[in-house]
Amino acid sequence: MKLAYWMYAGPAHIGTLRIASSFKNVHAIMHAPLGDDYFNVMRSMLERERNFTPVTTSVVDRNVLARGSQEKVVDNIVRKDGEEHPDLIVLTPTCTSSILQEDLQNFVERAQLDSKGDVLLADVNHYRYNELQAADRTLGQIVRFYLDKAAKKGELPSGKTEQPSVNIIGLTTLGFHNNHDCTELKRLMADLGITVNAVLPEGASVQDLKNLPRAWFNLIPYRELGLSTAQYLQEHFGTPYVDVTPMGVVETARCLRQIQAVLNEQGAAVNYEAYIEEQTLHVSQAAWFSRSIDCQNLTGKKAVVFGDNTHAAAITKVLAREMGIQVVMAGTYCKYDADWFREQVGPYCDEVLISEDNAEIANAIARLEPAAIFGTQMERHVGKRLDIPCGVISAPIHIQNFPIGYKPFVGYEGTNQLVDLIYNSFTLGMEDHLLEIFGGHDTKDVITKEMAPDSDLNWTKDGLAELNKIPGFVRGKVKRNTERFARDRGLSDINAEVLYAAKEAVGA
Amino acid sequence: MTLANPQPQALNFDCETGNYHTFCPISCVAWLYQKIEDSFFLVIGTKTCGYFLQNAMGVMIFAEPRYAMAELEEGDISAQLNDYEELKRLCAQIKRDRNPSVIVWIGTCTTEIIKMDLEGLAPKLEAEIGIPIVVARANGLDYAFTQGEDTVLAAMAARCPDKITAPEEKEERNPISRLLNFGRKKEEAIAESGEAESVDHPPLVLFGSLPDPVVTQLTLELKKQGIQVSGWLPAKRYTELPLIEEGYYACGVNPFLSRTATTLMRRRKCKLIGAPFPIGPDGTRAWIEKICSVFGIEPQGLEEREAKIWESLEDYLQLLRGKSVFFMGDNLLEVSLARFLIRCGMTCHEIGIPYMDKRYQGAELALLEQTCHQMGVPLPRIVEKPDNYNQLQRIAELSPDLVITGMAHANPLEARGVTTKWSVEFTFAQIHGFANARDILELATRPLRRNNNLKELGWEKLVKDEAKV
Repeated sequence: MKLAYWMYAGPAHIGTLRIASSFKNVHAIMHAPLGDDYFNVMRSMLERERNFTPVTTSVVDRNVLARGSQEKVVDNIVRKDGEEHPDLIVLTPTCTSSILQEDLQNFVERAQLDSKGDVLLADVNHYRYNELQAADRTLGQIVRFYLDKAAKKGELPSGKTEQPSVNIIGLTTLGFHNNHDCTELKRLMADLGITVNAVLPEGASVQDLKNLPRAWFNLIPYRELGLSTAQYLQEHFGTPYVDVTPMGVVETARCLRQIQAVLNEQGAAVNYEAYIEEQTLHVSQAAWFSRSIDCQNLTGKKAVVFGDNTHAAAITKVLAREMGIQVVMAGTYCKYDADWFREQVGPYCDEVLISEDNAEIANAIARLEPAAIFGTQMERHVGKRLDIPCGVISAPIHIQNFPIGYKPFVGYEGTNQLVDLIYNSFTLGMEDHLLEIFGGHDTKDVITKEMAPDSDLNWTKDGLAELNKIPGFVRGKVKRNTERFARDRGLSDINAEVLYAAKEAVGA
Repeated sequence: MTLANPQPQALNFDCETGNYHTFCPISCVAWLYQKIEDSFFLVIGTKTCGYFLQNAMGVMIFAEPRYAMAELEEGDISAQLNDYEELKRLCAQIKRDRNPSVIVWIGTCTTEIIKMDLEGLAPKLEAEIGIPIVVARANGLDYAFTQGEDTVLAAMAARCPDKITAPEEKEERNPISRLLNFGRKKEEAIAESGEAESVDHPPLVLFGSLPDPVVTQLTLELKKQGIQVSGWLPAKRYTELPLIEEGYYACGVNPFLSRTATTLMRRRKCKLIGAPFPIGPDGTRAWIEKICSVFGIEPQGLEEREAKIWESLEDYLQLLRGKSVFFMGDNLLEVSLARFLIRCGMTCHEIGIPYMDKRYQGAELALLEQTCHQMGVPLPRIVEKPDNYNQLQRIAELSPDLVITGMAHANPLEARGVTTKWSVEFTFAQIHGFANARDILELATRPLRRNNNLKELGWEKLVKDEAKV
């Protein structure tokens, strides 16, 4: 047992649901008790999704405990197949079904007999994998399933596309700025003359998965999601993949050079150097920013970075290599992939922290006293408590991290966004600091907001006690209304009852 | 909306598949830890439970909440680790860091399935570490959303003292009268208050967790009728749980407290006052009248008071009259809210509700029926354990003016031109008593006012292909 107040990565089924609900016309059925369908709320709220989230629950209740699910799961799958005709139904196990140990695979096989669409059991164990690992596995599983199916039917298209083309793998619903990143990556590919063969899984149709092998290469923008799929495609179809995250100027260039190499090996004869130079020097503002005197002022400032592998590693490199900021600590909560992280950030930071314990991270921040933090929503709140500004760079995230405006983190526009994020965090910190030294904006005595009427009224103790329970921002108004009410009625004492009588009368 | 069907004479109860969206009952820790100031809630469950709490509670999670997960690992599930030792380690840590007056263990689906004997472990551990441990099995296998509070309060009811000897402790046990009288001697307080003289009646305990201002309002409301509230379950602090002796009267303030009511009746030998719930001015009046009638008191000035409240609501009532409402059902407040909205002049197609206790809600159901007859509107259909998919079909067919629903369906319905109100807000807003009737309507009319503000834009349906649902 572990005492936990907060977790960075969610449970396994969230990963599976993120994959299933990213595809078009794929439905997930959770084998779970009432209330575990909170995923639908998150998707509907955070992404402001206009469509119903294609996730339903086959409810595990007392009857199921007593007799097993029996026909229930099968019926629910067949029912959903008839109602919405999805191409694929993914039966999703949860922590509950992990311990019930029912033969879900058998349910899937039986349901398949009566379903028009395909039915799969997500192969994830709640106690072994977290959200990110489960998402990676489920995507791999679905891709494998449809490629096997196409191979059996002899429907696999042969050969590559005529023009160089790419599959972009790993963009999902509820991913950090994924929809903006997707647009930016497509633009980048268009600039390079590369056709996008498929984007996976967001917006993809399972029917089109058989075309994946036609791409010249796969691009895996995020470390956490899509790698196993890319490895599978390389093994079985020889498709090479590029797994450099194009985040920051240097890494974007490195990504493009790898793409260039991969394409040239297949005889494309492309040269992206001129494009990289043009973008770096004149289109992206990041290179210029790092030379400008603004950025000079950031030299040697201390920062702490914490997040998932992809973002924490990329931001660490940007801060250290592109802005001359001293990263005193870089950390990740992706414990299962810690070696990769160490290797990536080793040269760019003083200290590496691998942990899922938010208190440990908060303590490290308090000890290091950085000038700015780049982390998740949790670190933002640590920053609030310690009075250190924080830029949010990674999930877990809140609704404000699903901006409507265009805010990619990858590609050349992404570098501009990063500059704003980083620079704004630091200047806010400086401004705060200066204010403190000079004693605030307004050093004269504060004029009270309350216009004190020479009151003939007496607030009794309980009246005041109740008044103090009213939230600060309306308290003044309630106080004035109550006093007017008391005066109108010739009351001299104001107690709790008068206060509430006034509230009713005036609707204050 | 079709009124072609002949009006049914009695309420019509249905039960569907139970395939609906609601919050897990462990969410009750979010408001109960704030209500009971010296408590600590330990949810014994998995990452799934933790993830739900963390996301559902939003910013509250950062405010150093007095709740935490005891996250079960594979070793706990396969019994390689000893439950007792593990819980002892965590509770000792909680005692050291927070020193609460009570630790509430919330049992979850997982502890049910692996049959962890929390009720058995608690008294042993309680004796060992010296902090009361209350066990509530608020799990998704058995309960929905607000029923979580019910399981906690039912467990708390067993902890209310039944006899008090020391006089100074007695004072502490009655914080409400202390607050209202503020240290003055009792006779003095009565003489000065100018309210109805306190009537001699058997002790009354109210149950249900409400924000403190609402507790004060309802207590004052009864005081006006000369009724003294001798305690609330729960109180502000665990150490202030009310005294409950055999023969006390008890009355609920929320519709989801069936287990607590049962426990008070059967285990504590209380007499339950079955009343409609004080939600809306009609409900509040009926609630007070029922309590008065049990004590043989003639209620004073209630009719005028109710009329006055209705008068002050007129601007909102104009927006609601003649409109229709559909409750998908997820928090058990549905019947009371529907009854109030029908009294406001709305019609109601359907009241979805997770669980319907016809005995505990008997008076509320009777008032609903009576309200429908008086307002001349058809009786709504009450659907227990609804099926959200079927409900969406019915919504498409009926096109109600307002759908009260969970967040999972709200945005998609709005995108299809169906006006919605997020149901959870009714759980967290102050909706009880005369004075808060306005707050309910503030919530219920907000989407309608938004519609009025935006009506000239012509952007109602914002999905491309009108999907099946």
